[in-house]
Amino acid sequence: MTTRSLADALRGTSVDLTEGAPLLEVEDLALRFGGTRAIDGVSFDVRQGELFAVIGPNGAGKTSIFNCISGVYRPQEGRVRFMGDDLVGTAPDAIADRGVARTFQNIELFDNLTVVENLMLGRHQHLDYGVLAGMLWVGPARRAELANRRIVEDIIDFLEIAAHRKLPVGMLPYGVKKRVELGRALAMEPKLLLLDEPVAGMNVEETEDMARFVLDIRSELGTAMILVEHDMGLVMDLADRVMVMDFGRRIALGRPDEVQRDPAVIQAYLGEPEVTP
Amino acid sequence: MSVPRAVRRGRPELYSDYAADMALLNTPAKRAWSAAILVAAVALPLLLDRDLLGLATQVVVYALAGIGLNLIAGYAGQLSLGHAFFMGLGAYTAALLGGTGGATVRGYELDLLVWLPLAGVVPALFGWVVAPLAARVKGLYLAILTLGLLFVGEHVFKEASWLTGGSGLGRAPAEAVVLGFDLYEARVLLGREIPAEGVFYLFCLILLVVLGVLARNLARSRTGRAFAAVRDRDIAAEVMGVPLVRTKRLAFTLSSFYAGVAGALLTVLLGYTTPERWNLLLSIDFLAVVLIGGVATVTGPIAGAAFVVLMPRFIETFAGSLPFIAGTVGAPGILNVFQLQRMLFGVMIVVFLVLEPRGLFGIWIRVRNYFRAWPFSY
Repeated sequence: MTTRSLADALRGTSVDLTEGAPLLEVEDLALRFGGTRAIDGVSFDVRQGELFAVIGPNGAGKTSIFNCISGVYRPQEGRVRFMGDDLVGTAPDAIADRGVARTFQNIELFDNLTVVENLMLGRHQHLDYGVLAGMLWVGPARRAELANRRIVEDIIDFLEIAAHRKLPVGMLPYGVKKRVELGRALAMEPKLLLLDEPVAGMNVEETEDMARFVLDIRSELGTAMILVEHDMGLVMDLADRVMVMDFGRRIALGRPDEVQRDPAVIQAYLGEPEVTP
Repeated sequence: MSVPRAVRRGRPELYSDYAADMALLNTPAKRAWSAAILVAAVALPLLLDRDLLGLATQVVVYALAGIGLNLIAGYAGQLSLGHAFFMGLGAYTAALLGGTGGATVRGYELDLLVWLPLAGVVPALFGWVVAPLAARVKGLYLAILTLGLLFVGEHVFKEASWLTGGSGLGRAPAEAVVLGFDLYEARVLLGREIPAEGVFYLFCLILLVVLGVLARNLARSRTGRAFAAVRDRDIAAEVMGVPLVRTKRLAFTLSSFYAGVAGALLTVLLGYTTPERWNLLLSIDFLAVVLIGGVATVTGPIAGAAFVVLMPRFIETFAGSLPFIAGTVGAPGILNVFQLQRMLFGVMIVVFLVLEPRGLFGIWIRVRNYFRAWPFSY
């Protein structure tokens, strides 16, 4: 059996949008927990094929934005338009069905399942046989499982995790888990991929591996990605545009070199210049 | 592409296609063991007497109910104490449709082909209806909620005397007759007389194999993975596209189907049943079947059922040789046999939870891995 390119295995990632229309449009998003404003009127858009980074100090509201896009939280105000449809109020599984996949900051893999089973869970929406067909196995269920297993194996080859294939994910080292989680999101054939701190806690080598995977996904599939990350080197090297957040607000948005020079950003990260007496 | 025999030798997990890798019995050892156990199980009616065959049938029925409980509690991670209620519902559905009526109870004397499927379907429908309520809570809260269901159910069973015969009285079970063929009647097979218990045992065994394979297939299909995803991390499962409430509802429905069928078969085996039978203690018996056998496995509950059903008999048989154990209630001795049974039952649950949480299945995996690595110790 010959190996396929990722683009051949995951055909669903291609997006059919009218020229110039943004893939994701977030408008005046506001999320409050009681009196705390986690997100306070944030707007941005992500274009097809773009690598969009969100940075900011801890508690700035970066992960909350992910939770609003993927339907885990419901924002009180604002709109999240994905390929023209408003996602606010849609259930997480329906949002996943439309082609939004994500990874989590603190790995949220299914620990008792093997690597293959975790990736097959990413294929959940693409396996279209029913419960009774699954119980009988012969016929549609078996055909669908075999075809999707092959796709999963293509992803395993791409992420170089073949050695861990049959191991329960709970037993794997941290760096490999992060890769498996990326694989599970890829298996969903996303049109938009949300990566929440993909290199947090990794050493230089692992970070470079992950950066390579992100770049390969981009060049092979052309999937638009939103990256939340604290590793500035990675963000500045990879991202097309960067949004900087602080206390739930957007304080800057632009190309990495523009953002780095922005006084508001410098202030957020380094604090107020000390007034000398 | 086929791999030569000489290369395959000693490498049971060398696969050249995904179908072979994903097969249920994907190694020669699994195929051999399964065949041997199946042959032994089929041969039992030729080897055992009536009394022990009744016990073997009980093992098979307990295994069936255990597999059902494992679908909801093991695979989907939703701890349910209401299993005995669903078994009771199946038992009375069967008794109503397949039993004979009397002065107080109703019965329609229908064929087994009617009452057995419905004994599964009625509890399954009931599970489907109550599941959305249960899907809102998890963990201990779900355990208490299902406990409430069990108590309400027990009360309704006691009151509905037209169905159950009423508290303390009970009623006769359904007649196990398929198209005029009585499954609870002695038969001659291969020139040997098989007692009624043996014939019914074989019927239950066939059902166990069929429903066991169906459950095993379910576990490896998209639904089984969705169950596990909901159990391990429900929020991540939703983000992966697994609908939470629908998945939990499905687990409840399927589990109740297995419970209902097992409940119906259990009454046929035990004869007269009173509404008090379907109580918390029975639910706990099945939690023990699952815990001792192995959580989230299909073969585990079969071993667990054998353990739970056979251990009391084992104690009863051998307790006589211990000086401080009284054979009957009131006879001299520190403990009587029944107290010892209950105590050891509790102790075994504690021992398994502490020492081998994966149950008998986990012990088997350890033994297997030891011999696989032999002569090395790792």
